[in-house]
Amino acid sequence: MDSHTVAAQTAETAHVDHEHPPYLRHHFVNVEQQRETATFGMWLFLLTEIMFFGGLFCAYLIYRNWYYPAFVAGSHQLSIFLGTLNTAVLIASSFTMAMAVHSSEVRSRKALITWLLATIFLGCVFLGVKADEYHEKWEKHHVPGLNFSTADFTHPSKDYKDDKLAPDMAEKTQVYFSLYFAMTGMHALHMIIGVSLLTILVIRAWGGAYVNGHVAPIENFGLYWHFVDIVWIFLFPLLYLISRHQ
Amino acid sequence: MSTIVKLPDQSTAQLPKVSYLNKEYGLKSWLLTGDHKRIAMLYLISITFFFFIGGAMAGLIRLELLTPPSDLLAADTYNKVFTAHGIVMVFLFLVPSVPATIGNFLIPIMVGAKDLAFPKINLLSWYLYIVAGSMIIFTLVAGGVDTGWTFTTPLSTHYLNTHVITAGLAVFVAGFSSIFTGLNFIVTIHRMRAPGMTWFRLPLFVWSHYAASILMVLGTPVLAITLVLVVLERTIGIGVFDPTKGGDPLLFQHLFWFYSHPAVYIMILPGMGVISEVISNFSRKRVFGYTAVAFSSVAIAVFGFFVWAHHMFVMGISNYSALVFSLLTMLVAVPSAIKIFNWSATLYKGSITFETPMLYAFGFLGLFTIGGLTGVFLGSMGMDIHLTETYFIVAHFHFVMVGGMLMAYLAGVHFWWPKMTGRMYPEGVSKLAAVITFVGFILTFFPQFILGYLGMPRRYAAYPPEFQVLNVFSSAGASVLGIGYMLPLLYLTWSLKYGKIAGANPWQATGLEWQIQSPPLTENFIETPIVTHEAYDYEWLESKKGSEVPTVG
Amino acid sequence: MAETKHIDEPTHHEEHIVSPGLYMIIGSLLLICTAITVGASYIDLPGDLNAVVALGIACFKATIVVLFFMHVKYSSRLTKLTVAAGFFTFIVLIMMTMTDYASRAWGRW
Repeated sequence: MDSHTVAAQTAETAHVDHEHPPYLRHHFVNVEQQRETATFGMWLFLLTEIMFFGGLFCAYLIYRNWYYPAFVAGSHQLSIFLGTLNTAVLIASSFTMAMAVHSSEVRSRKALITWLLATIFLGCVFLGVKADEYHEKWEKHHVPGLNFSTADFTHPSKDYKDDKLAPDMAEKTQVYFSLYFAMTGMHALHMIIGVSLLTILVIRAWGGAYVNGHVAPIENFGLYWHFVDIVWIFLFPLLYLISRHQ
Repeated sequence: MSTIVKLPDQSTAQLPKVSYLNKEYGLKSWLLTGDHKRIAMLYLISITFFFFIGGAMAGLIRLELLTPPSDLLAADTYNKVFTAHGIVMVFLFLVPSVPATIGNFLIPIMVGAKDLAFPKINLLSWYLYIVAGSMIIFTLVAGGVDTGWTFTTPLSTHYLNTHVITAGLAVFVAGFSSIFTGLNFIVTIHRMRAPGMTWFRLPLFVWSHYAASILMVLGTPVLAITLVLVVLERTIGIGVFDPTKGGDPLLFQHLFWFYSHPAVYIMILPGMGVISEVISNFSRKRVFGYTAVAFSSVAIAVFGFFVWAHHMFVMGISNYSALVFSLLTMLVAVPSAIKIFNWSATLYKGSITFETPMLYAFGFLGLFTIGGLTGVFLGSMGMDIHLTETYFIVAHFHFVMVGGMLMAYLAGVHFWWPKMTGRMYPEGVSKLAAVITFVGFILTFFPQFILGYLGMPRRYAAYPPEFQVLNVFSSAGASVLGIGYMLPLLYLTWSLKYGKIAGANPWQATGLEWQIQSPPLTENFIETPIVTHEAYDYEWLESKKGSEVPTVG
Repeated sequence: MAETKHIDEPTHHEEHIVSPGLYMIIGSLLLICTAITVGASYIDLPGDLNAVVALGIACFKATIVVLFFMHVKYSSRLTKLTVAAGFFTFIVLIMMTMTDYASRAWGRW
């Protein structure tokens, strides 16, 4: 029984001595434990995201091997300028997000709000460019299943004359565009969710949250945001940069 | 010594005044709870409901298969029935059964914590399960799905006009329910253990759930993306699995089985955790080779990721990769066998008593071994070519899942029933039910091994007349099995009001959960426990009993 | 009493605050790598080297994001192990699926 009494005492006194911030949930012993479990939980969620996108990357790898010429031709139809721009935008947004975490760590409310707003802005720029790209794909009949036409590949225009494909390989460009839309679409969905969550965080930060030591939500959202950036870091060369020298 | 456990004198036994069950009243306090024990109870009720729906489907299957022609059900309807049976039993029963009910209830208590790491996510997990279940019920009512639970392409993507999309999305949602449960367990086990509770003092139940949770977190997302692709293929026609557009239907199978093979380990590992606890307690002996059993759980989880294509040997994969997968399949059987050896060694020279949980555990040992061995037979390519898509496969997985996992689940429900409800179930009836289940199971599924190697294909509503005798045995067994499963529903419900009061530790078991009251308080422990003894330390329990007043209610 | 040590005491890794200067360096490095990767795609390299270079640069970029933006370099061993486990499982999915696709062309036996 003695060990129990000792435990009760140390737990009690520890409880009183530590600050007991309002954001400490009662099934946790202290703030440190809460912060570490939250971060660990977010990392496990990111693992599920790795495997979720992993299935798509697996499909991409297989079909790129099988239909390389179709993938080259399809890739050339994407705007390398917009793709590079979007990559730069996302990298910048990762920087602003890291700075937001930093602001929360040094407890600076104004800086936190500024950096969060900057991240939202950059996220929206990315989504806007993506929407424009999708629109262009729709106009050019490159949307699989809905209005797909292989005319651009069997009878290419002057700018793309090196991309002429035989009819059966031209059919396979639909696989490329399926993967393009599935992968960038899934990525864009994650961006939309991210921007929505950011909006909530900014509103709460405006009300004074996250600058009183409660860094975990900003930090863990940052992990999610950086992960979405990493997915794009891989999507960009795989989709946009297939053999630009041809 | 009698095999019936000695219960406290009922006239003086009382339930504790305050417990998690009566701390708060009202529907909202249950539907918006963060208490892992209440969530476990919510799961228990929902899982039981879906089990009986799946069971009804099984009943229809066995009724149809009494006679060779497809006379009770048309072939299309039969397809819908076995699909429903598969989806409901796999995703709505087997995957969440032990983790979401017993695991949710016990993991925090066993590690010495007040709750899981993320109580709200735990509740979300249950709601996702309910949404998934509702969507499946919708598909049943609205006309069914007939792809088989495996959604194989191109059948599911191009040749059917049943509710594949709804079913696929339902499984997607159920998958996330599973992921969140697993995530919660991993974080809790890593970060919320009580002082003194080192990894190697944890009950093996916790180790099994840890291994299963790793599989849930890493494997289930691949199923999720696969189902998304099937939905996109059906709706927009993207062509990723369509040969006419350049896709490969086999890619679906790779991605599907990448999850679904680890899924069978997700299903069995928690059950194995239950068996460790039950065998130890009813032999009054620590589990032999604790470290081996703990590491073999993790080994099963890791190796389980390397063997999925053994479900695809005849589907068109290259023989070279089939060879690799076959070899690895042989390896993955080793950790499971290690566990069986260790449990047997635990029994050796133990003081064995035959309470109901132990009866189920013995059933598990025999039936899982048979099921597992037949799995090894199927892992060798030469055998598999003959046996695949026959009733041999059906018998194999029912032996491991029903003879193994379901028995382990029932063992766990009976073992921890006193802890969860404060009441004992009636021992006589429960033993009868266990024996009925065992006999019914053998009668149902053993003939199916024979049917399989004689060549009867699976998923067929009609079969050649020479197979009828064995099918009749199987259907007869199914009715016995049905009785065996109905009985616990009845007497466990009965025990809630009329069962004997259990007290804190009716089984004289070790483990933190048995040192607190039955049913537990909402916060589990009055003060944080400090752990100084190893797992399954019966000497410690003996010495503890000597210095304290036995708690009766 | 050694037994009463809080075994899940935090390892105080999160006390380390990464400086904005380091973030700027990493951000610039990422932009430079992007430019290199775009440039490299215009050069005709022998065999599959284009893909190798592109993926290699992408892996490098991902690594520095994980280590510095996501603070993994300053995190506990558990975090590092978790990240590794995720990538390991992803590699298993890719590699073992490829054993089938790569060997189909080898014929029956």
